[in-house]
Amino acid sequence: MSSDRPDTDEFAQFRQTFFEECAELLAALDEHLTDLQERAADTEELNAIFRAVHSIKAGAGAFNFTRLVAFSHTYEALLDALRDGRVHQGEVITSALVRAADVLASLVEAAQEKRELAADFGVAEEEELRALLTEAGLVGKVEGAGKETSPADAATVQADAAAAPAEASARYSIRFAPHPELFRHANEPLLLIRELMRLGTVTLTCDTARLPSLATIEPEDAYLAWNIEIETASPLAELHEVFEFVDEDCDLVIAALEPGCETGAADADAAAEPPAPSIGADDEAASPPDDRPAPQGSVPRGSVPQAPASQALASSEPAQAEAGPAASSQKSAGVTSIRVELARVDRLVNVVGELIIAQSMLVQQPPSEGSDMPPLAATQGFDEIATLTRELQECVMAIRMQPVKSVFARMPRMVRDISARLGKKVRLVTAGEQTEVDKTVIEELADPLTHMIRNAVDHGIEPPDVRKANGKPELGTIRLAASHAGGNILIEVTDDGAGISREKLLAKAVEKRIVSPEAKLSEDEIDDLIFAPGFSTAATVSDVSGRGVGMDVVRRNIINLGGRISMRSKAGKGTRFTLSIPLTLAVLDGMLVAVGREKYILPLTSIVESFKPEQAHVRALTGGGEVVFIRGEYIRLIHLSRIFGVREAVPEAWNGLVVLVESANNSKIGIVVDELIGQQQVVIKSLHDNFEPIPGISGATILGDGRVSLILDVEQLRRMPDRSAGMPQVPVPTSAPTPVLARAGDAHPSHPEPEAPMAALA
Amino acid sequence: MTATEETSMPAVQGDGGQASGKPEHLVRPPRQFISFRVDNEEFAIDIISVREIKGWTSTATLPNQPPYNRGVMNLRGTIVPIFDLRCRFGMGMTEASAFHVVIIASVMDRTIGLLVDAVSDILTVDGQDIRPVPDTEHAASASYLAGIVTTKSGMVIVLSLEKLFGREQMTMNGEIAA
Amino acid sequence: MGKRVLTVDDSKTMRDMVRFTLSGAGFEVVEAEDGVKALSLLDGTRVDLIITDINMPNMDGVTLVKRVRAGTSHRSIPILILTTEGGDQKKAEGRAAGATGWIVKPFAPDKLLQVVNKVCPAG
Repeated sequence: MSSDRPDTDEFAQFRQTFFEECAELLAALDEHLTDLQERAADTEELNAIFRAVHSIKAGAGAFNFTRLVAFSHTYEALLDALRDGRVHQGEVITSALVRAADVLASLVEAAQEKRELAADFGVAEEEELRALLTEAGLVGKVEGAGKETSPADAATVQADAAAAPAEASARYSIRFAPHPELFRHANEPLLLIRELMRLGTVTLTCDTARLPSLATIEPEDAYLAWNIEIETASPLAELHEVFEFVDEDCDLVIAALEPGCETGAADADAAAEPPAPSIGADDEAASPPDDRPAPQGSVPRGSVPQAPASQALASSEPAQAEAGPAASSQKSAGVTSIRVELARVDRLVNVVGELIIAQSMLVQQPPSEGSDMPPLAATQGFDEIATLTRELQECVMAIRMQPVKSVFARMPRMVRDISARLGKKVRLVTAGEQTEVDKTVIEELADPLTHMIRNAVDHGIEPPDVRKANGKPELGTIRLAASHAGGNILIEVTDDGAGISREKLLAKAVEKRIVSPEAKLSEDEIDDLIFAPGFSTAATVSDVSGRGVGMDVVRRNIINLGGRISMRSKAGKGTRFTLSIPLTLAVLDGMLVAVGREKYILPLTSIVESFKPEQAHVRALTGGGEVVFIRGEYIRLIHLSRIFGVREAVPEAWNGLVVLVESANNSKIGIVVDELIGQQQVVIKSLHDNFEPIPGISGATILGDGRVSLILDVEQLRRMPDRSAGMPQVPVPTSAPTPVLARAGDAHPSHPEPEAPMAALA
Repeated sequence: MTATEETSMPAVQGDGGQASGKPEHLVRPPRQFISFRVDNEEFAIDIISVREIKGWTSTATLPNQPPYNRGVMNLRGTIVPIFDLRCRFGMGMTEASAFHVVIIASVMDRTIGLLVDAVSDILTVDGQDIRPVPDTEHAASASYLAGIVTTKSGMVIVLSLEKLFGREQMTMNGEIAA
Repeated sequence: MGKRVLTVDDSKTMRDMVRFTLSGAGFEVVEAEDGVKALSLLDGTRVDLIITDINMPNMDGVTLVKRVRAGTSHRSIPILILTTEGGDQKKAEGRAAGATGWIVKPFAPDKLLQVVNKVCPAG
């Protein structure tokens, strides 16, 4: 089929838009259907559901996704019947709609990934929809429409078939007499005649018989009629198509004249150039409608030159040709654009405007004479710029902020999917979907959340019979909630399932040799065992959660976002996971610390406290390493100067400060620095755009003085070996052996002069 | 010059990587280089890879890197690693001051800075005037030497930044150092 | 001056396609997401052709056609409605409301251009 319509490839560049839109539409559909499961929907909601499916179908048609079109067509038919009351809402319908939505989502996904689905995929669901329509006595209509997978195809095929034998030209006479009300639909007889001219050679006479006297003329009525003779190779159907829009507003007679055998030389000439205007001509057709009096056609007008239309067609070609490579270079997967509320952009523009005003005010300041103090106005100007800059930052950040709804909306379908497969009854309740977070964070959230919710359905919620036996309602509940807490977004995933007892957790961890049997762990530490690599609490490995990916991966994902995750569980009651993630990945609240002449940024979220240790409380361990004793706890110390090889730093912890930081699994370490400089918000810059990742460093930022400062990665620092043992605290001499020097060292001079470049280089 | 009598030796081009077997009598188009001084030696790199030249400002040191990595610098919001060429060639650390120059260059797909003593000139050299580096037993270690050009003021060594600071190269050095 | 076409559709894909096809043919294309936005855009803007979807939130296409025809300033603008196959009923509703013609979705670019040229040539 697709070969019949190669021209749709011109739209290929919009596929990305289409799939982005599909994602939104599917999410909206899911949301409405979820509501529909709870209560009956009103007309507006039903309309919204209908529109979602309808829009997907329309777009799918343009890209020739025939399966998607066919399925959404049936789906749409049922929704259409539902919204105008021919089919009534009910549980059966709703669950069919929900299933159909899932099929629709899979079809969209398959289309996006250019994947072929099994031939019977979605057939059962489509049958179900059709059955519901049959029940309502509406099936005839659907089947009729459903069979023609793409009417445009049909039309094209038809046209082609008709065109093939009609290669020879034929002559037709056309009587075209518009009804007086033709103009009310803004149709224009002259344009139709112009269309005819594109099909062949036209001879035209205007019939002004119905034209009344000027005094009685009704300005908005059509009075003229035309007698047309056309010689054309086009089939009769195409002539009729020209008048398609006006056939109810005119008397139209098209009759074939004698067979088209006498194609004389005169006719050929006529075909070569547009026919001379037969009636008084001014170039009205080109001027916009607003400029002309409404009853244009009631006054005789000239025939229309042919050029503009063909020019228009010609000029469209380069644009389309250009679009080709651009479209193919576009990646098909992943959302790369965001939609921003206009108000946010407007605010941004306003702030920038004010910034420009403030800046020009400063520029216009007269230079201060004789005084060291800047003039008051200048001080104010700088204050204002500072304020506006902060505001500008907020505005830009706000543009990247999106409600978590888009991620949350993917979850109900998955819960339905998995619970159906496992024979469990699960309800997903969401809250705080409007909570906003940076777009990049949202994308990164999808995987961990999917995983956690999948786990909750799979391992958390018990089978209905077990729940019943335990005196719980058969329907399990998973709650997914988001809220803001300071500069973080807090996401909680709670289930009312079986839960895990600490004893069982610990026993399992010991069994898996994650902890030693003698280990004394705090309650928090036991809870954290679930995030340990290789830990899985499921009694059996199911095909849902699978093996391999565990909560350790979830935790790593969250940590990569600069966040933390914790778990609380009660046996028999349920489990709650709490995620805390910074709102944006672009900006970080940090503590600037000094070590020697270097300055580093420690993420503020990881800092618990800082203190100056007493010498007596610092102990070196045999085999390297150092601990500090504080409030009954021994905390491992990490000297930045030692692991990073920074010179001129304070030699011992008691000369400087210990910053107590908490890493992901709540284990604490003490980072030894020379001093704290202060707290500040920093913009995160990537280091590995131009360099390799460096252990212990997550990125870099630029300080107020333009210098670069490195951002520390607490989690990695914790794992870095203390290289202090045996490492001299002396400046690395330039003659110290390095790989490069080692290579240079075994060079032998290949140049007579020892000081010459070759000696230095060889 | 010691080894140029071997006329059959392939010509080495400025980009270093494409030593071709084409006969030398083929006229090569003129190329432009920026020449600079490190420790009284003149070096040059292809002008195409040079983005800008700026004065030295202090850097943030990256931990556990070879000594020729002088840390990172802020180039209008981009973090750029700076390499000390003197140190890279085993001639000791540069005592960097505001009088020293950093040449910002693009190597493969990234931006790096080269700490040199001073920028000398822009050289326009006919392709065939770039002489190959004499073959030594240690050719591998000198693979970043792309050729030699003789100018009025003396001999200039053309460097291949790809060989010196390409991604693979840096990873390798980093690993050895770590 | 090029003709200005207003495309009214809640689907960005559709608006993009119309824009792409028509701007390549020398039209200037302006967009609105629904009937209400279309009307407010029409207020004070010269538009030479409206291409509108039927199913839209806030104000559907048929209502938009009615409102445009009932007004004074834009009532002679040609209006094309976008229908889907089998949408004869919608087509009739649109016509009754005063639509000039219709385009069946999905459409190929040249088909769209052909229809547009029939009611509002690029000039």
